[in-house]
Amino acid sequence: MRKWIELGWRPLLVITLLFIVWEVCISFFDVPDWLLPAPSQIFGLMISDWTNYSHHVFSTVELVLIGFVIGSSVGVIVAISLHLVPFLKQSMYPLLILSQNIPVIVLAPLLVIWFGFGILPKIIVITLVCFFPIAIALLDGFRRTDRDLMHYMKMAGATKKQIFWKLEWPHALPSLFSGLKISATYSVMGAVISEWLGASEGIGVYMTLASSSFRTDRVFVAIFIIVALSLLFFLLIMWLEKMTIRWQASEEGDSHGTSRNS
Amino acid sequence: MEHLEIRDIQKSFGSNRVLDGVNFSTEKGEFVSLLGPSGSGKSTLFRMIGGISSPSSGDVLLEGNSIKNHPGSVSYTPQTPSLMPWRSILDNVLLGQEISGKKDEEMAAQMLERAGLSGFEQAYPHELSGGMKQRVSFIRSILSPQPLILLDEPFSALDEFTRTDMQKWLLSMWSEHQRSILFVTHNIEEAIFLSDRVIVLSQRPAKVIKEFEIPFERPRKEEILLSEEFLYMKKDIYQEMRSSHASANY
Repeated sequence: MRKWIELGWRPLLVITLLFIVWEVCISFFDVPDWLLPAPSQIFGLMISDWTNYSHHVFSTVELVLIGFVIGSSVGVIVAISLHLVPFLKQSMYPLLILSQNIPVIVLAPLLVIWFGFGILPKIIVITLVCFFPIAIALLDGFRRTDRDLMHYMKMAGATKKQIFWKLEWPHALPSLFSGLKISATYSVMGAVISEWLGASEGIGVYMTLASSSFRTDRVFVAIFIIVALSLLFFLLIMWLEKMTIRWQASEEGDSHGTSRNS
Repeated sequence: MEHLEIRDIQKSFGSNRVLDGVNFSTEKGEFVSLLGPSGSGKSTLFRMIGGISSPSSGDVLLEGNSIKNHPGSVSYTPQTPSLMPWRSILDNVLLGQEISGKKDEEMAAQMLERAGLSGFEQAYPHELSGGMKQRVSFIRSILSPQPLILLDEPFSALDEFTRTDMQKWLLSMWSEHQRSILFVTHNIEEAIFLSDRVIVLSQRPAKVIKEFEIPFERPRKEEILLSEEFLYMKKDIYQEMRSSHASANY
């Protein structure tokens, strides 16, 4: 805990300074609210408006959780099958990259046409943005399996299954977690985008309503919530990583603040 | 009956001949060293005994049965300790047993204790020194059920003092467990100090040039390293290797 505080005060200080500069600039240049509200105003609204938008937050969190679990499972399954079947890897790898070249903004309305306004198209959008970083990171982890250990396992007469579960999988776990960390932040973005398509509630809906009625302050409330959620998911994965991977010598100064600017 | 028999093994990679009819055998419980210059194809030979590479011709027999292309017939201690960083020391030494099926945790804990590693059962490899890791690696081999242990230059990465300690430790473990050992090295002194018999390989393409019986009685003490017989032995082997080296170059 102390270590976290020690590492956390620097980015916190920078953010606080940023807010102060922002606040001062707003009052100094007399910027109108509808153009850019002051941070104090945004935080004030965040608290006073909580009962009005809380159900949007819960709906988004639920969507993110479901989408993230499904998306990462797909990522893991894709990585494992591509790794174990070389033919699949050769034929599917380019397709994997292609799946990321289609802009989600373009694909999303199509998904609505095909699958309606239910939860399915939303899950598909989140899965599409989530699975890729995980699949790539995990495949990379498998590929970089320690050669000496592999040699030992083969000399010891290990079966393909034993090699996978005893060597390749645990060896790739740190890579899996780097993929999960990226996907965790992406999944919040994916959920918001999928909510723009047509949903009855969610942060994405709240944001659309706010911007179409020129409530810039509410748009910023939505932005702050999205940032906070992304950060929260990121920290959750980091905590899970710490619980799972206990064997590595602790590294100095982990990347705590990478998602702050999202 | 011979324990391990290498029967006229040849191996070429394309037009590059690596092993040119290697023949030797070891007895049960014997400590045999395979001595050869680096790059002489020792590792290739090991891969064949290990069953993960097949010879162009010839056969590998263990207790009368061919183990060609049968991985896991011998127990193997690699050059680097090759411990799994995510496993505790205890789980690491159990790995060989896990692969072949039967785990004996009590025995493993006992072995670790006798190897001076008690208290480290739950530690992870990165917390251990190089010598300790190599000991763990060797214990993993002893605990594996196979009757023959292959050691592939296990001490080459250690400093001189640690190496001497490790050699003495290895001999004590060996005399205690009476397993057959095939030890690969390019260090003449190490080969003489440890072995019952030293088999000298030529340069590429490798074949057996000569075998030396090492007459020193066991248990061996460090002092014999400086005795006259030891130095004569070393000179003999050195000259044998030197002449093959020269004839290969000219």
